Amino acid sequence: MNAAPSAIPPGFDPKLAHVLTQYPTEFPVVSCRFDPKGRYVFCGMESSTIHRFSLADGKKVSFIGGHDSWVFSLAFSADGARFFSGGGDGQVTEWDTAADAPKPVRKIAAHQGWVRAMSVSSDGKILVTGGNDRAVRLWDVATGKPIRELSGHKNHVYSVSFHPNGKTLLSGDLLGAVNEWDLATGKLLGTFDAKALHTYEAGQAVDFGGVRGLCASSDGKLVAAGGLHKGTNPLGAVHEPLVLLFDAISRKQVKAQITEGITGGVIWRLCPVADGSVMGACGGSNGGLLFFWKADSEKPWHKFALPSLARDMDLHVDGLRVATAHHDKHVRITRLAAKAT
Amino acid sequence: MKCSYACQSAEHAVARRQFLQGVAATAAGSVVGGLGLFANPAVSAALNNQQKRVVVFNMHGGLSQLESWDPKPGTDTGGPFRAIDTSVPGIKISELLPNIAKQMHHLCLVRGVNTKEDDHGKGAYLMTHGRRESPAADYPTLGAVCAKTLSSEDGGLPGHIIITPGGGGGRGNDSAYLGPKYSSIYLGNGNPPSHTVRPGKVTEPMDTVRNDFRRRVDQRFLNRRRTAVTDAYTYSYEQAIQLMKQREIFDVSKEPEKDHERYGKYDLGRHCLLARRLLEKGISFVQVSHSNYDTHNENFNFHIEQLGEFDRSFAAFVSDLASRGMLDSTLIVVLSEFGRTPNINLYYGRDHWSHAWSVVLAGSKIQRGIAYGKTNPRGTEVVDGQVDHANLFHTYLQASGVDSTDSFDIEGRDVPIADPASKMIKQILA
Repeated sequence: MNAAPSAIPPGFDPKLAHVLTQYPTEFPVVSCRFDPKGRYVFCGMESSTIHRFSLADGKKVSFIGGHDSWVFSLAFSADGARFFSGGGDGQVTEWDTAADAPKPVRKIAAHQGWVRAMSVSSDGKILVTGGNDRAVRLWDVATGKPIRELSGHKNHVYSVSFHPNGKTLLSGDLLGAVNEWDLATGKLLGTFDAKALHTYEAGQAVDFGGVRGLCASSDGKLVAAGGLHKGTNPLGAVHEPLVLLFDAISRKQVKAQITEGITGGVIWRLCPVADGSVMGACGGSNGGLLFFWKADSEKPWHKFALPSLARDMDLHVDGLRVATAHHDKHVRITRLAAKAT
Repeated sequence: MKCSYACQSAEHAVARRQFLQGVAATAAGSVVGGLGLFANPAVSAALNNQQKRVVVFNMHGGLSQLESWDPKPGTDTGGPFRAIDTSVPGIKISELLPNIAKQMHHLCLVRGVNTKEDDHGKGAYLMTHGRRESPAADYPTLGAVCAKTLSSEDGGLPGHIIITPGGGGGRGNDSAYLGPKYSSIYLGNGNPPSHTVRPGKVTEPMDTVRNDFRRRVDQRFLNRRRTAVTDAYTYSYEQAIQLMKQREIFDVSKEPEKDHERYGKYDLGRHCLLARRLLEKGISFVQVSHSNYDTHNENFNFHIEQLGEFDRSFAAFVSDLASRGMLDSTLIVVLSEFGRTPNINLYYGRDHWSHAWSVVLAGSKIQRGIAYGKTNPRGTEVVDGQVDHANLFHTYLQASGVDSTDSFDIEGRDVPIADPASKMIKQILA
């Protein structure tokens, strides 16, 4: 999605993507993240338990006792030594990433209602959380103490993402507002209008959609917000995926990126990949898909069909491996390159 | 030829059939046994002071029992929400209902409902009629039965009001053999009944003259040809006049601002406040519909939205009825057409599930602060205290002082008020 691609890892070619391996889980998977050192993939499930799988040997370790609800969000300290899990119980729990017999290191009563999204700043100092109480909160990674609350969203906060400029933070909500905040002052700098990702269906009397995927391009020039549109029957899962691309400076929409021929689905997460494309994980009645868009096109230049509906996604530090969370009780690792010979 | 209601004349029979098909049904019913007392104005006036009322909250689409009255946290079917303590020790409900939890001492949770019907239309029919839908017979809804059995004959106001989430007003066709007098009047989005404002060009004296003329013509006709149809026709006009005179009863803006705030400034809040107002004004049956709970997709997100509204409004409603001394005479029912599957589908949704779900009752002769019936740990089936729609229908009526084993006398034919093959849930009646 960015005009200046980052270093492209050898062999990178999404058109040759294939599922490298899959790890069975106890429950349907809700969330997944690689650790920054690339040793593990973690997943939250329809359970309070978190699974950690070693990418080297597939060994599974369960993290128990951190929550009284599902784990919707995961984030790591910059050095990867600790990670945070955000739950439907409003708790953020801190863990030792590599522990053999993990126990919660610290628990933070972070939100009233679900902690839907988390991220750690690139300098490793700030943890940001977004929740159903409409708040965005900043926390000191070292101490777990609150730094600041960012108020302004009018409904559930669905996504958070630090801008690569290191100075601002993006947060997206159910109603399609993407707020940009000054990290130093907490001031709201402006809002990207992503209302196209929100539907109010009067017959069913429900708000639906929201900014579920949110990221900035590696060079910081563009911001992508993903979710769904055409929600003609929200309760019946009739909707189509949509990504909105914005100019990061003017905050004006520059592109609406669609998924031609995909009549049922939602973008759950967006990540910039090495060639400048934005990668989106999609789940819905069309199954699980990875989409790849360039900034200059409305249509994806490639899509990869996953074996099952996807609910979350993360990109490995090597830029090649992609973890996806699946309803069929698996976390899968896809490699954006040719199969090893 | 002067004709009594049950004259069985050929013209009466034909007229009645036509009326049932097209417009309405006979208003001929009276109740065999005690309910016939309502026909006596003196008796009904005495009963007015202790009039029983029923209010139904219809959670349209199928409320999830697991996100409301029968949570199963920590199981594979339980979903992400926790169970919270209530004002009754030992009874927990979903954390989505924190305000209602404080009113639990007024409520009775019926957790063992098994209606064996997963179709919306059929499920809605059996829950509102107390019987399974049949091509062989049509039955009146609970609202029509309540209007017939609980309303005074001389009140002038309709006894059967349905507040819908949207749409226009109008008249339902839901009273079957009880006749159009007991059919529902719809208040679309809580607005007053349709066509109850005199057109501007028609002055009051003109209207009076017009109605006097109509009455004279009616009377002349009735002297010779009185039938159920003509009575219904006459009644509909007279009721319309009463509605026009008492239109203010339906104006929820007359309620105090602080109550609007407490109930919530959204449609359901306004509808619940209107329900309180209507019950206070003496209307026997009010139904409030809340839409929509048919959450095949993203069940949890949508239950946060919908139950957030319901929790606030319903808790305020229950609290008010209790504090105003109305709970002893008002039965509250919270029902759906069915519950939702314990299984969570791939879209984070729950589908239709009628085999183990919950209904909530409160007030009148219902025991308070209890949970009756039990489902298994995953909520997939009832393991104790199983009941169905027919048991519930009997119970609603018995709790409201109506002998549900009695019958209506419809043109000399005894028609059981409730399914005679079923019976009330004695265990939850005080």
